[in-house]
Amino acid sequence: MSILLDLFLTFCKIGFFTFGGGLAMLSMIEEICVEKKQWISHEDAMTVTAVAESTPGPIAINLATYIGFQMKGTVGAVVSTTAMVLPSLILITVIAACLEGFLTIPVIANAFKGIKLAVGILVLDAALKMIRKMKKQPVTVFFLLIGCVCMLIITVFSLRISVVLLMFSSGALSLLMHCIAQSPKNQEKKGAERHDEERRGDGK
Amino acid sequence: MICLQLFLSFLKVGCFTFGGGYASIPLIRDIVLTKGWMTEDTFTYMIAVSESTPGPIMVNLASYVGTVQAGIPGALAATMAVVLPSFLIILLVAAVLKNAMKNRYVQAFLRGMKPCTMGIILATGLCMIVRNMSGENGIPDGRALLTTLVLAAVYFGSRKIGKPDNKKRGLSPIQLIILSAGVGMLVFAM
Repeated sequence: MSILLDLFLTFCKIGFFTFGGGLAMLSMIEEICVEKKQWISHEDAMTVTAVAESTPGPIAINLATYIGFQMKGTVGAVVSTTAMVLPSLILITVIAACLEGFLTIPVIANAFKGIKLAVGILVLDAALKMIRKMKKQPVTVFFLLIGCVCMLIITVFSLRISVVLLMFSSGALSLLMHCIAQSPKNQEKKGAERHDEERRGDGK
Repeated sequence: MICLQLFLSFLKVGCFTFGGGYASIPLIRDIVLTKGWMTEDTFTYMIAVSESTPGPIMVNLASYVGTVQAGIPGALAATMAVVLPSFLIILLVAAVLKNAMKNRYVQAFLRGMKPCTMGIILATGLCMIVRNMSGENGIPDGRALLTTLVLAAVYFGSRKIGKPDNKKRGLSPIQLIILSAGVGMLVFAM
């Protein structure tokens, strides 16, 4: 199958089954694009997720665009993004134009209540998948906890703190730590450590 | 003319909404109310529809407002506008990412930002699950609680049994969505 067609069909499918926003889709992207089709590496997927969260616009679109671009350049990006948008565009147009009171039909309302529960599970699943594959160093665990705890506090107390601010602060803090570690005073110690690490790496 | 207005309004939404669909709701509310495109009631209903139908919430909201205002051309104009900024930004990122990743400072920055993002997603998932299970008036909703537990057990359980290198690796996320819709129809009808 041509890769463009494959991209189109895959993202149509993902677009059609993405309920509750982009985060729930991460789990599907991991499953389909990283594990099954191996279009991008897990590391890349995580980087793009971080970029997607910190740039404006729908998160799902960012990932579709990125994967499309990696596979087939600008044409691939256009195809994947269009495919991702198409199902919701068609569905919503139909609902908005002809189905008044769509959500008040009991069977549909109940189905959506069920789907809502699954979406929570999928977002949790996406996070767990990513965390499981993360290299567990004290620094990464530290930032993971910062992100999680701060977000919980922000949500529970409905604070008006932007998530982007939280992410950029973590990045900046990490950069600062890097610079301190790189300063001449610590350089010697670091050098010895790195040497140690390399030796351990060779041993594997 | 109305299509151009839709395009420009949603271009603004696409450019200034950070952190996903829910963050765009206040901005879109502002636009549709000040332009007189919708009443507060229809807007609330529209959010409910956009949240429950598939696809990115922002795209759904844009398509909805576009359709109501100017039919299919309106839907296309609004949707394209909301997608365009992130599309261009990611093209740019994809073009420079490979080289930028070699930079030690970029690496150091991402080393902090990536785990933090995962933590945020983890917290978001937890909050969503808790919110789904607490019914109106903050009294826990027994049916939702039980259904969530069963769905989670089935999903995570089936994945645990299916080996990662095996083709049969338990329920896929899509299958979980379909299952949950069916279960929802049964459980909440009772």
